[in-house]
Amino acid sequence: MNTQRKNPLVSVDWITVLIYMALVIFGYMNIYSAALVEEHPAIYDFSQEYGKQFWFIVVSLFVAFTLLYMDADFFSRFSYVIYGIVIFLLAIVLIPGIGKSQGGNQAWIALGSIRLQPAEFAKIGVALVLAKYISSTKAKFNDWKTRLIAAAIIGLPGLLILMQPDVGSLLTFIAFTFVLYREGLSGNVLFIGLGSIVVAVASIFSGYNNINYPFFGEHSGVFLTIIILFIIGVVLLFMVRSFVVPRNRKSLYIIVSLAMAGSIAFSYSIDYIIDGVLEPHQKSRIYVTLGLEQKQEEEEAPVENTAPNQIQLKKPDDPGYNARMAKIAVANGGFIGQGYMQGPMTSNKYVPERWTDFIFSVVSEEWGFVGSFFVLILFLALIIRVINISERQRSQFSRIYGYGVASIFMIHFIINIGMVIGLAPIIGIPLPFMSYGGSSLVGFTIMLFILLRLDSERLSIFK
Amino acid sequence: MNLDGRRITLVLMMCVIALIYTIRLFYLQVINTDLKDEASAIAEEEVQVAPPRGILYDRNGKVLVSNQTVYDLMCVPRSVKPFDTTAFCNLLKISPDELREVFRKAKVRGETRLRQVVVEQILPEEFAGINEQLYKYEGFFSRAYTLRVYPQRTGALYLGDVGKISPGEFKKQDEQHYYSKLDLIGKSGIEKAYEKELRGVKGIDYQFKDNVGNRHEHKGDKVDVPAIPGTNLICSIDADLQKYGEELMINKRGCVVAIEPNTGEILALVSAPTYDPNLLVGRIRGHNFNVMVNDPQKPLFNRATQAEYRPGSIFKLAQALTALSLGAITAETRITCNRSIIGCHGSHSYDDLEMAIVHSCNPYFRGVMQRVVEAGEDKQSRFRDARIGLGKWQGYIKRFGFGTDLKTDIPGVRTGNVPGVDFYDRWYGKDQWAFSTIYSLSIGEGEMLVTPLQMANMAAIIANRGWYVAPHTVKQIGIGGRPREEYLVRYDLGIDSAYYTTVINAMEKVMQPGGTGARAALKDIVICGKTGTVQNSGGKEDHAVFICFAPKENPQIAIAVYTENAGFGGTWSAPVATLLIEKYINDSIANSSKAREKAILDANFLKR
Repeated sequence: MNTQRKNPLVSVDWITVLIYMALVIFGYMNIYSAALVEEHPAIYDFSQEYGKQFWFIVVSLFVAFTLLYMDADFFSRFSYVIYGIVIFLLAIVLIPGIGKSQGGNQAWIALGSIRLQPAEFAKIGVALVLAKYISSTKAKFNDWKTRLIAAAIIGLPGLLILMQPDVGSLLTFIAFTFVLYREGLSGNVLFIGLGSIVVAVASIFSGYNNINYPFFGEHSGVFLTIIILFIIGVVLLFMVRSFVVPRNRKSLYIIVSLAMAGSIAFSYSIDYIIDGVLEPHQKSRIYVTLGLEQKQEEEEAPVENTAPNQIQLKKPDDPGYNARMAKIAVANGGFIGQGYMQGPMTSNKYVPERWTDFIFSVVSEEWGFVGSFFVLILFLALIIRVINISERQRSQFSRIYGYGVASIFMIHFIINIGMVIGLAPIIGIPLPFMSYGGSSLVGFTIMLFILLRLDSERLSIFK
Repeated sequence: MNLDGRRITLVLMMCVIALIYTIRLFYLQVINTDLKDEASAIAEEEVQVAPPRGILYDRNGKVLVSNQTVYDLMCVPRSVKPFDTTAFCNLLKISPDELREVFRKAKVRGETRLRQVVVEQILPEEFAGINEQLYKYEGFFSRAYTLRVYPQRTGALYLGDVGKISPGEFKKQDEQHYYSKLDLIGKSGIEKAYEKELRGVKGIDYQFKDNVGNRHEHKGDKVDVPAIPGTNLICSIDADLQKYGEELMINKRGCVVAIEPNTGEILALVSAPTYDPNLLVGRIRGHNFNVMVNDPQKPLFNRATQAEYRPGSIFKLAQALTALSLGAITAETRITCNRSIIGCHGSHSYDDLEMAIVHSCNPYFRGVMQRVVEAGEDKQSRFRDARIGLGKWQGYIKRFGFGTDLKTDIPGVRTGNVPGVDFYDRWYGKDQWAFSTIYSLSIGEGEMLVTPLQMANMAAIIANRGWYVAPHTVKQIGIGGRPREEYLVRYDLGIDSAYYTTVINAMEKVMQPGGTGARAALKDIVICGKTGTVQNSGGKEDHAVFICFAPKENPQIAIAVYTENAGFGGTWSAPVATLLIEKYINDSIANSSKAREKAILDANFLKR
């Protein structure tokens, strides 16, 4: 065994490590730009966001290094323990006094001046246990019991996170459906899941305002969505009639009709729940999450009366202020960007949350299309690399865990960047390795380096 | 089940999403430009840079008006963090109540997010100390701008002043829209007349503005446009002469206007009582302005250009020239000094024109006017005859610039009044008036009204023997430049220069022993003058008037002096004029004139 045991620093997948380092360093540079104050404190000054991030990076590197030297069996063997710890943390964060609130979410545990966000670590536990469970001999994917247990593994921490309530973090758990899909879950599940998200978001958006319908007067806008769903359904039915061979028609008629009726009912019930069941503050939180309304406690921009040609910004009256500012900042980058630390929109504090969830707007404004494309490519490369690493694992546990990692990166990438460039609703989740935040950086680092540790061991595991 | 394809599905999905995001980024960042404009509108501010206003020099190159940088201490109440109020108030030398008042007012007006002025116009030496400490007080900042400063402390009304643009002025500005609502603009005097030259061209300083309105240095690719300073002006006045004039007029109401005859340049423009122009600048302005507005002596009223006085006897000079020109009299014409209709003084009985001017014989000039007005053009009606005669008379008198706009560059000048046919028709009704109604015009009384500037201009016309250049205040636009075009043009009165000889000789004799101005004469300079003593309704002391020019040959200066309620013109106004001539031509006051100077300086007519 010893003869086959390699030095992890040699056998580690250096391509991934390099991509990781590039993202962390580039992220840090942009955090520094976004969070810099005029007094220019030192880069390791713990009172500044970038100073904290500096130490978070140091901690992350230490953790990564430690992970590489740990016994690879540890993660498989202790996956349930890790899961248990995570569930425990998610539970105690809900206890008033222990959990600290910020931005309406009770999501932090304070240890002195360090605040821990258990939701960022929950994904690791879920990924490990999911891998452990599915790779076990008991699991058979065409079996409802297996599906239910897998759903419970994901759902338990999901439920606890929903109670914070941190809808953004919860949504990232959707990522695990990719894992299940890879491991044999029917593609229809993926399709239905994606479809219901689209229908739900469309219903909430359209239901936000009333619409004056011809002949029927003013009603909730959700009926527009329902009408569109109905039209799509009818069109599909005609298509089935025209293009499908007769022997398959009957079953497809039934499927399409059911899907149409189901989605219409789903759409209406979403609207009904939001308007009729939820309390106003819960309703408002959903709207805020989707960028339809602004959080009331945010500081308002001053209204200057000296310059007549200035566009006046009044945040509270301006739904989607964050989204709009981020989009403007991105556009302002142009092809080569405004230059490092010189983004007018970001360095003048117009984009809220610019060093956390909206860090990509800083990249876009200061580095332009070139820099943004660089980040897209880095993430694409990272995710494909992680998928490839997963596929080359000989142990099923390692492969499933690897897919968990890839899926989490994917969902964060899609939602976060989509939100900044105006293709996804405002959902407050960080961009892996780049956004400011200790829990998120350390969490993602652990997630990635567990995989790299497993990978570096893949030959010896087969001993 | 073969699941290998699913890896490809996931990778492809990821690639498609990355491609969509790339296209979206390319569209937002490279193709679409609307949002970039919006970014500029939000985060950038074109801060206008006010150029320094042009500097004003006197005709000898002394600085009359220049600029001084001062600082306003400002704050945005919303962004002020708690601070040590006592130390702050000590630093600014204000009371805590004053500080509280600033915040209270901002709150009452709902302007806590707007910039508020805490202390205005702090001088640079004082500000240096404050600026060092300012970093301790978050939300406070300063703004620098310039104020006018008057090193010679003279010529307040002549130079005029600068103030914040009024809503009316803001609306009226031309389509170039130079001004913003907080800009300064010339309000009076040269500052107003030469506003376009003095203001310069604004520059643009591109700055970044953050989400709470603080400004930062612009790091983008927009190039700032530097401001072009205002044009410097060489003014027409002689600062020393002006100061001396103001000194002589202390404790008097009235004015002095001195003109260089052959250029029309105003050498001195004194309105008394006057004030140090520095009193109306900066923080002290508000208080001082109130005091002056309410001062019964009206120091802010420019008597030299805006007061309309009856000219009195000095008007006889214009009368003589008009009558000669119309052929109503000749230089040899003698008229009996019949004091039954109109009073006279001195011992004379049957003067010719020259001596009538010297003696200021009222009956003589009544007779002259009668010949002008009752010229016998209409034998049937003395009323109609008077209409014709007065019409001709008015035409000639207006050639002297009386009753008309002199086209000077001083804002707000009055035209005075030369009553004509229309005037008396309105006053008395058509054919309800004749010479007997209006004869007091003949000696510059009655409805005749003239500004002191017009009086001085008449002196310049006589000095030039028949022409003048419109009086003006700026000699050169830009150092070494030219005055405005209209001040290079001579207005010819169309009165034969020969007629002036009699008048000038008479004016010379006025200043010789036996003449009304003799006591003010100078030994070495031949002065030609004419005194006047204008009656005053209400039993107040007469106004003392004097006009003159000197020297007789190649005149260098023409002066009008009007001293309200002083008494006899030869006693109180003539010495002021001749002292100024001495000062201007000899550059100093001879010992022989010291007694005269003292008498004038000691005189106080303000209580009258």
